[in-house]
Amino acid sequence: MPEELLLDVRHLRTEFSQGKKSSVVAVNDVTFQIRKGEILGLVGESGCGKSVTALSIMQLLKDTPGKITNGEVCLEGKNLLECSKEEMRKIRGENVAMIFQEPMSSLNPAMRIDAQLVEAIRLHTGKTRREAEEHALKMLGLVGIPDPARVSRNYPHQLSGGMSQRVMIAMAMSCDPHLLIADEPTTALDVTIQAQILDLMRKIQREIHTGILLITHDLGVVAEMCSRVIVMYAGRIVEEAPVELLFSSPMHPYTKGLIASVPKLGSGVKSLPSIPGSVPDLSMMPPGCKFAPRCRYAQERCRKEEPPLLELAGGRKCRCVLAEDDKEATAQ
Amino acid sequence: MNPLVQVKNVSKTFPAGQKLFGEKSVVHAVNRISFEIMPGETFSIVGESGCGKSTTARLVNHLLTPDSGEIWFDGKEISSMSENEMRPLRKDMQMIFQDPNGSLNPRMRVEDSVAEPLLVHTNLSAGERLKRARELLEIVGLSAKHARRYPHEFSGGQRQRIGIARALTVRPKLIIADEPVSSLDVSIQAQVLNLMQRLQDEFQLTYLFISHDLSVVEMISDRIAVMYLGCIVETAPKAELYGNPRHPYTKALLSAVPVPDPKAKKERVILQGDIPSAIHLPEGCLFHTRCPLCTDVCRRQHPEPRDLGSGHIVACHHI
Repeated sequence: MPEELLLDVRHLRTEFSQGKKSSVVAVNDVTFQIRKGEILGLVGESGCGKSVTALSIMQLLKDTPGKITNGEVCLEGKNLLECSKEEMRKIRGENVAMIFQEPMSSLNPAMRIDAQLVEAIRLHTGKTRREAEEHALKMLGLVGIPDPARVSRNYPHQLSGGMSQRVMIAMAMSCDPHLLIADEPTTALDVTIQAQILDLMRKIQREIHTGILLITHDLGVVAEMCSRVIVMYAGRIVEEAPVELLFSSPMHPYTKGLIASVPKLGSGVKSLPSIPGSVPDLSMMPPGCKFAPRCRYAQERCRKEEPPLLELAGGRKCRCVLAEDDKEATAQ
Repeated sequence: MNPLVQVKNVSKTFPAGQKLFGEKSVVHAVNRISFEIMPGETFSIVGESGCGKSTTARLVNHLLTPDSGEIWFDGKEISSMSENEMRPLRKDMQMIFQDPNGSLNPRMRVEDSVAEPLLVHTNLSAGERLKRARELLEIVGLSAKHARRYPHEFSGGQRQRIGIARALTVRPKLIIADEPVSSLDVSIQAQVLNLMQRLQDEFQLTYLFISHDLSVVEMISDRIAVMYLGCIVETAPKAELYGNPRHPYTKALLSAVPVPDPKAKKERVILQGDIPSAIHLPEGCLFHTRCPLCTDVCRRQHPEPRDLGSGHIVACHHI
């Protein structure tokens, strides 16, 4: 069933300049789609480009050396890369909202919670102060904050990490965005609080039918939340698959290694298979497949030329020569 | 066999400021905890942030002194020792820290960092010290060519290996590892955990392993203590704790861990609310404000730890 397309990212390329002449490519030819009401997971280890992908979609690279050098980002048919600053400011918050890893540092420490929420609501809707205040309290109640009227008069430092993340989510959802980008939303939280926040995000997705791009390094969170998953390595998408298939039959050697190296609760194992070596430096990328130096299946040609992202049966994609055997494989 | 570490009824509080004309308030970081670590075993402490697990590590290591209670290490009571008396014992207990960036001196070559404990604790010559440091760097999986580099030239996983090499130079009996893999990516995390297990066999090490990650703890531990708000609520051998958790907090903690398997459907106990402040501890059982089993007796009376047999100790009224 072809569901309505929400976000369409095509051939996105983001480079960070280093000095005058050299630059590193943090996001390289990234293409993916999010449908309405879907939770898409974006996983990878630190430095793989998952956060830069999110910032590129939101166009929040202004104060960094980063620049989008190619591609398009279409939100409901509108190319965000062609929008003016003013248009973009309107789109952020209204159509796309983002929550970050550190809820504490994303809130203004000198403003009360209610003032921050009311500011965001009034900026994007024509609500009066009174209406905005009511809406703010409603949102705080929706994200499960007990006694919203009291909590809303607090400053951020008076709240715990879990509560601040709830406030962030309330703020992000206050203008009914169609897309929510969550960049490691629970990484800074304890497991019992993480369970509360994930539960809340599922509720939002179910009830408001928001599309969510969930960026995380935690495969456990991915397995529980997402319907589809993209795996990134060294700035590239290496695999895309529906979540069950990704975990039951990972195709790319990196995904295999990643899934195998996660300790599983209750498995009783004493040692784990690990991926040898470490992620290559972005400025010293090997030619050919970027995973080849750590890959146990690497062949001669892997080291020479980079394999394309192959489209496979069942809505899967994989960037590996091993996937070529798959009959329906077609290069993208 | 005598335990290598014995912690008996230890408490630690920190001052938390004073209101004008008011009472001094204190943070109750650790409340009357007791446990033993046998030689050669890996004893882990798990819990959420602020539960007192790092304070416990620092108490065992004598970086902090307890307010009350006794800490025995290798047959000696160390909690009342002075720093001078303590120094010869430090050779036998070394520490690995969470943040490998913060715990290595950025201006020292790694071989010098790794050799430095030998300068303090042995009479070896400079050449012998460096030789031993290079040997250890190779044991932890780095090559001799890495020895003359500076910490910034290494990745996080490699820096953690350097930290481990440094802890091993003086051939300690006990290694206290405070969240040693939590700042690492999963693929690197597995490498470091495997290394720690190999070294344990090779050097007959005893580990006190502090972590918030229940899956990591399950992999590496022999026995586990679960802490909540400065108290140990449950202690048990690994198979027992994961197979038959008894304390409601342990159950909630285990069920909250996301499972990397989309087919696994499980019943989740989602705890309501947040951890109470350690300044104003709740009366009675410390967990009663969030506990699904809470009754009257829990609000009134603090449960004493009880041994259910085979080393499974639980502090709860409803067991």
